[in-house]
Amino acid sequence: MKFVDEFRDADFGRTLAAEILATVGPGHHYKLMEVCGGHTHSIYKYGIDDLLPENVELVHGPGCPVCVIPMGRVDDAIAVAHEPGVIFTCFGDMMRVPGSNGTLLEAKARGADVRMVYSPLDALRIAKQHPDREVVFFAIGFETTAPSTALTLRRARAEGVGNFSCFCNHVTIVPPLRALLDSPDLRLDGFIGPGHVSTVVGARPLEFIPADYGKPVVVSGFEPVDILQSVLMLLRQLADGRCEVENQYRRVVPYEGNLKALEVMAEVFELRPHFEWRGLGFISQSGLKLSEAYAELDAELRFAVPGVRVADPKACQCGEVLKGVIKPWECKVFGTACTPERPIGTCMVSSEGACAAYYNYGRFARERELV
Amino acid sequence: MCLAIPGQIIEIVDAANRLARVDVVGVQRIVNIGLLDSSDGSAGGAQTGDWVLIHVGFALSKIDEEEADATLTLLRGMGADYDDALAELKTSVIE
Repeated sequence: MKFVDEFRDADFGRTLAAEILATVGPGHHYKLMEVCGGHTHSIYKYGIDDLLPENVELVHGPGCPVCVIPMGRVDDAIAVAHEPGVIFTCFGDMMRVPGSNGTLLEAKARGADVRMVYSPLDALRIAKQHPDREVVFFAIGFETTAPSTALTLRRARAEGVGNFSCFCNHVTIVPPLRALLDSPDLRLDGFIGPGHVSTVVGARPLEFIPADYGKPVVVSGFEPVDILQSVLMLLRQLADGRCEVENQYRRVVPYEGNLKALEVMAEVFELRPHFEWRGLGFISQSGLKLSEAYAELDAELRFAVPGVRVADPKACQCGEVLKGVIKPWECKVFGTACTPERPIGTCMVSSEGACAAYYNYGRFARERELV
Repeated sequence: MCLAIPGQIIEIVDAANRLARVDVVGVQRIVNIGLLDSSDGSAGGAQTGDWVLIHVGFALSKIDEEEADATLTLLRGMGADYDDALAELKTSVIE
């Protein structure tokens, strides 16, 4: 329990670990999925799985927005970035995600004007500074990020910034969870629900998990004690035979979500009939595109986007990692051909990705255990 | 891009565009606070002095000071990823 000393509230951490031990039933094996990449990061960083009894297993879910972008969409992004006069803007993580012919960073080295931005509003500012250029923003992210893109597009339209457009790759959290629950590969006992996504959508959209699938959900904060407490709440639901959505992160997440954010998203976006997820394949009604009212700002309508589907690399098992079927280190190329410096798969790119998180912290944690 | 960083609102700089100056561990940047407005168009939700969680240049939720401190401690513990997130924030010039 060395890591507990580093917790903000070490005593509470120890108490929770002891209560978890007292709650697990003998002969049971519990598989709990943390949906959100931020949780995955905390779990590896603080060695939380080492604090849990052996029969409580944490499975990492598909909640890293960079990790789920398929290769074909990266190829599309690179094609747009190479269009004459285009300034292509994206978040830093996304620049290192490989498509079938390299990354956006490599496209930049080949002469495309690709720029890292912190915010979609930075992309809009660049558009206003360069009225003679076409500025495209590569929008990615779950409902945490989609409202920010939506407000930016609303402002771009209101101000008539005609040289700004959005290559929209926003995704929604519920359809992939439903796909995972429908998958025969996986037997999950409960979910650690996403923190920041729930800030926007609230806890209500997760109610289908207990209602339709009979599994408990606890929306969780990101501190180690938050995650331990959420694990305990899940185990208690299972022990009591209860099955509901509980909110451990009430101090930040309102059960109803952020109504303003939901309203702006509903105005600016509409659901695509289907969207491809890396490793998970096509999932219906899981991706967002710009609504008809915002079609003039849609980069997919403004530019010739190839839209060619590219199969995931054969060696890469990101799909199994994203579904929680295998652990990162069980992938054949983990840490050898695929590293954060030269990633093959998306899970190794973002620090929220299960593979990168394990690569960065896992070895360190094991060494420390030996000390 | 996923990290949400706590900051404190120093002043509202552009009420129409819902822009505020925030202080994030001594770094002052402009962010949008429009997502904290009420959805029925009544008075805005975020005020000078409020602590907020900031994600990609937008205040995502209001938090109290204790939560802000706890979140910062957690982020500092993340080392390079936190440094990267701050470095990206420093590049931001929202107008």
